[in-house]
Amino acid sequence: MSAPPDERPPVTVLQAPVRLDYTVTAGHHLSTYLRALADRKIVGGRCPECHKVYLPARGACPTCGVPADAPVEVADQGTVTTFCVIRIPFDAAPFPPPYVAVAILLDGADMPIFHLVRGIEPDAARMGMRVRAVWVPDDQLGPTLASIRWFEATGEPDAPFEAIASHL
Amino acid sequence: MDTDVLSAPYVLEYTYQRSTGPVIGRFLTALRDARLEGVRTSAGKVLVPPLEYDPETGEATGDPVEVGQSGTVTTWSWVHAPRRFHPLDRPFAWALVKLDGADTAMLHAVDAGTPTVMATGMRVTARWRAERTGSIRDLECFVPAGGASR
Repeated sequence: MSAPPDERPPVTVLQAPVRLDYTVTAGHHLSTYLRALADRKIVGGRCPECHKVYLPARGACPTCGVPADAPVEVADQGTVTTFCVIRIPFDAAPFPPPYVAVAILLDGADMPIFHLVRGIEPDAARMGMRVRAVWVPDDQLGPTLASIRWFEATGEPDAPFEAIASHL
Repeated sequence: MDTDVLSAPYVLEYTYQRSTGPVIGRFLTALRDARLEGVRTSAGKVLVPPLEYDPETGEATGDPVEVGQSGTVTTWSWVHAPRRFHPLDRPFAWALVKLDGADTAMLHAVDAGTPTVMATGMRVTARWRAERTGSIRDLECFVPAGGASR
């Protein structure tokens, strides 16, 4: 039971949550990408005009406007283009901070994907770092990017800036 | 071609906590005491719910004013199928209620049971929750004056 009204301090804060319950439908191209993840494959789509590999595939190349759905498998390792060290905890945080979120240009792709890098000190995160996917065990694979648990450093020499300069 | 597409639930939620400021804070504190308060403007109008600034002049509003627990419906709309976060779990009316002593109307629910009971100009009175926390939901709803339907 709460205290009598006149003994409680005046109201100074207001809980005002905003909540939107969506059902997301992936569509054909995104579904192809997601299903491939259940097979430990990462599939994008190549534009026949500019030859860029979009990841995930789109129905059309955003630059050229032509259908760009020729599926292309890319590697499950790549290069960190940019990164962010998360140091502030929040409800949906996947790990206790600090941890490292990265944009990764997978080998064979022209667009980075977003994921996490584990197994390094946050201060060791850097542009050009080479990383590879750590997949979940077979019985946990599914049509979701969560099939990749996180990325880890490969130990290879860093890629030169020129390798990522046009993908930032 | 595989035409079977994937779909999944996706919740976007922002757990905002806002400072009320002195004027709304006072209004909410009064609700916790089962009282309805507005503010007086320099022209003598009573605004309920209160505003920090007079919408007609832009001046800061003045002293708090307690208004009546009953009022008059100025306009309304019937909700046949309440949704999850609506204040009542049965059909109800959203209504603008001009409380006795107020010059502006406030939006709240009216638990009228059936839309045939609703009318512009009808008299309604506040129904309070027993457990009050300093929220607009402390005022559970309004009910037709002289006969609360349940």
